[in-house]
Amino acid sequence: MNTAEINKPNGPVAAALLAGGIGSAVLGLLTFGAEASEGIKNILNWYNPVGPLMGKSSLGILAFILSWVILNSLWKGKETNFNRIATIALALVVVGLIFTFPPVWSILLGGE
Amino acid sequence: MSTNDLWTTTHGMVFGFIFLLGFAGALVGVYMMKSEWLTAEGANVNVHRLRVFLWLLAAAVWAAVFTGTYIVYPLYRAVPPEGTIDLTNFPRYLLLANESTAFWHKFGMEWKEHVAFISPLAATVVAFAVQYYGAALTKKPEIRRWVMIFFVVAFLAASAAGMFGAFITKAAPVR
Repeated sequence: MNTAEINKPNGPVAAALLAGGIGSAVLGLLTFGAEASEGIKNILNWYNPVGPLMGKSSLGILAFILSWVILNSLWKGKETNFNRIATIALALVVVGLIFTFPPVWSILLGGE
Repeated sequence: MSTNDLWTTTHGMVFGFIFLLGFAGALVGVYMMKSEWLTAEGANVNVHRLRVFLWLLAAAVWAAVFTGTYIVYPLYRAVPPEGTIDLTNFPRYLLLANESTAFWHKFGMEWKEHVAFISPLAATVVAFAVQYYGAALTKKPEIRRWVMIFFVVAFLAASAAGMFGAFITKAAPVR
């Protein structure tokens, strides 16, 4: 361990965390969207044997990768307000967890 | 074992289990990265193993979700030909055919197939953070705390998916 390692700016790690949150939230919102709308469900059905799960998961992963690339280019070499960004990232993950939970669909959509 | 049995086992009992079983050791490894507990040499040795371990766990959980989604899930979702009475080879339809088992699909599989994807996202972020900082993680308690939080999230998501996978396989196995 040297001084350079210790003094590494936290930007890239903040970018990774936030990207993880964004990917999770996109997955959750698409999942809920597919439950709420037959049209969205059909649009996400990219391959019949897998059904809409392929669209939901692929777009969630794409959102993760793209946001990581963009955020890393913005924050590389920079020191960020890490706690604040990590909190936002965690909140986005919670959004993903909530909207992938089936009882939430029933509550919000009034179904069984 | 049929080929389908083999893939179902590989998805859950190999890739899924690698992640779920490896989690505790990796979490302790991150927790132990404290400057007051490790010498510089100890930190360097520890973090080298931890980096490899975390990337392996991230790879395992990615493999679990991809084998699950693109190999096992289509088998689970297979549509029975019209007039089929015996739904044994059509797990989704078998579960939905009976009110007492419909819950395993409507809640269990619907939750499992989606929440599982949060696990590899979180696990990858954790592996990256430890890769990036290396031994310097011992001097970054704030980063370490968040890494552990995200790792626990990855584990909880994988646990939910794994648990319902096991129950669903008992109720309506993929053959």
